[in-house]
Amino acid sequence: MSREPARKARTVSTVPEWELRLYIAGMTSKSVAAFANLTRICEEHLKGRYRIEVIDLLKNPQLARGDQILALPTLVRKVPEPIRKIIGDLSNEERVLVGLDIRPVQGKRS
Amino acid sequence: MTSPKPPAGISKRATGIPGFDLISNGGLPSSRTTLVSGSAGSAKTVLAAQFLAAGIQTSKEPGVFVTFEETAADIRANMLGFGWNIESWERDRLWSFVDASPPADAEVVSGSYDFGGLSARIGHAVRSTGAKRVALDSVGAVFSQFADHSAVRRELYRISTLLKSYEVTALLTAERTAEYGEIARMGVEEFVVDNVIILRNNLEDEKRRRTIEILKYRGTTHQKGEFPFTIIPGEGIVVIPISALELKQKSSDMRITSGNATLDEMCGGGFFRDSIVLVSGATGTGKTLTVTEFMAGGVAKGERCLLFAFEESREQLFRNAAGWGIDFARMEREGRLKVICEYPEVAGLEDHFISMREAISRFRPNRIAVDSLSALERVSTTKGFREFVISLTSLMKHQETAGLFTSTTPTLMGGTSVTEAHISTITDSIILLRYVEMFGEMRRGVTVLKMRGSMHDKDIREFTIDGAGMHIGRPFRDVTGILVGNPVHIAPAELERLDHLFREAGGS
Repeated sequence: MSREPARKARTVSTVPEWELRLYIAGMTSKSVAAFANLTRICEEHLKGRYRIEVIDLLKNPQLARGDQILALPTLVRKVPEPIRKIIGDLSNEERVLVGLDIRPVQGKRS
Repeated sequence: MTSPKPPAGISKRATGIPGFDLISNGGLPSSRTTLVSGSAGSAKTVLAAQFLAAGIQTSKEPGVFVTFEETAADIRANMLGFGWNIESWERDRLWSFVDASPPADAEVVSGSYDFGGLSARIGHAVRSTGAKRVALDSVGAVFSQFADHSAVRRELYRISTLLKSYEVTALLTAERTAEYGEIARMGVEEFVVDNVIILRNNLEDEKRRRTIEILKYRGTTHQKGEFPFTIIPGEGIVVIPISALELKQKSSDMRITSGNATLDEMCGGGFFRDSIVLVSGATGTGKTLTVTEFMAGGVAKGERCLLFAFEESREQLFRNAAGWGIDFARMEREGRLKVICEYPEVAGLEDHFISMREAISRFRPNRIAVDSLSALERVSTTKGFREFVISLTSLMKHQETAGLFTSTTPTLMGGTSVTEAHISTITDSIILLRYVEMFGEMRRGVTVLKMRGSMHDKDIREFTIDGAGMHIGRPFRDVTGILVGNPVHIAPAELERLDHLFREAGGS
């Protein structure tokens, strides 16, 4: 089976600095919220340097194996290494930044 | 040994785990999830893996193993010792893992989540392999990994519903903190399953005793109570289905020789062909001699005889036999006799039972002797020992073999041993060998205490032992109190007087 990212956002010409993978199961309210929250956070902190790959486990359940996914939604930071995981609908921005190890842009928030 | 049929509606899937299908009246309820709860070290993972392995070995049924605790690599390595080559089964697509063990990398939680990923993976694994069996081991790890317990519960419920829709028979393991108490931690049993099995690993008198109990089987039948089981390298779990064995064997009127003509007479013509005889006596009264003659008597009639010896070595036994004019070595060469000597301490009683059962099924004997049961009692708990004797007895009855057990009394004169107290009701006949002290001399007495289904000699007779074996002579007429260990000699005049007393009492 081929891996077909449901959506590619802000593809940069070559290899992006940040490769993120978001696992969901169907278009549930949590999936939609997670994707919206993630795009917003990325746009704010990683503009132009990231790529999001969305994997829908209802369509491609075999893909959950590699990253040992249990909880949904789960965000996996593939690049830069090491791999990090954040589970939930990503509504708590601070936790997402901690999880991705992104320092908030200076001056924007305390 | 057939089990009653489960009522229509709920069918059962035979697991192939030795003994389990007997105590569960046919296996696990099919298309349902059964909870297996047990404390740490109670063999939950082994049972879960064996459930799949047995399905593959007996009927090539594909299975899915969902592991929440150990990694797939660990399980592959751990189960090799049971002869289950999981890796090759994976290649043949008979076994597949859903590895849900805790990830090495840290996870951060942000906002709400569910466990859709888990059910998607299990669903995918079941669909893609056509699995009929699923094992999930063990749910406690999921609870400790995720703080949101209600989400975990919801998901487990969803998974059990999902498995039901795939018509999969599933086994789910969970931890419990004590051997007796709440069924499982986190109240798993309340929301997940219709069926509960409990594994125990009890410590009694410094001895470990493993048992399995089916607590509930919703809508269908099972045997009740705890059944001992053991774990055997190269085989896995073997359940010993004591009371599930039915006493269905025909009883036989055919008599066989005890190997001693006078003893045969005392028993009313010999032992019954399928009876169990207990020979009780203090050390040195002639128990091993009785066993030896019993074996030799069988061989002389062309029977196959099997002797389990737990007290003496082969060399000792053979030398003893030779001293009574019996050539064990020749009998073994001719294939009529097999002597198996073991120290009781080398294994637990359950393991002894399994290896004895194997020896019996391999050698197919007509008669079996165990010398002595008391030696085996040392390595077991009281309850375990009783169960062992019942299992062995019913096994022998099923095979229609004659059995002779010996038991050593703790005191020289009279008395009974604990062994007897536990097994005397199980045996068909009891023969007592006793020391009798008379005029500064130790003499030996023999009596048949019980002979189920037959008349027998009620006398206590004197016997001697020499190079030709046991010679039973006349009854002790002038001694009383032999059995209680306090023989009192009665003068012939006194006997006469007593005789008169009764005659007068009868006459008036």
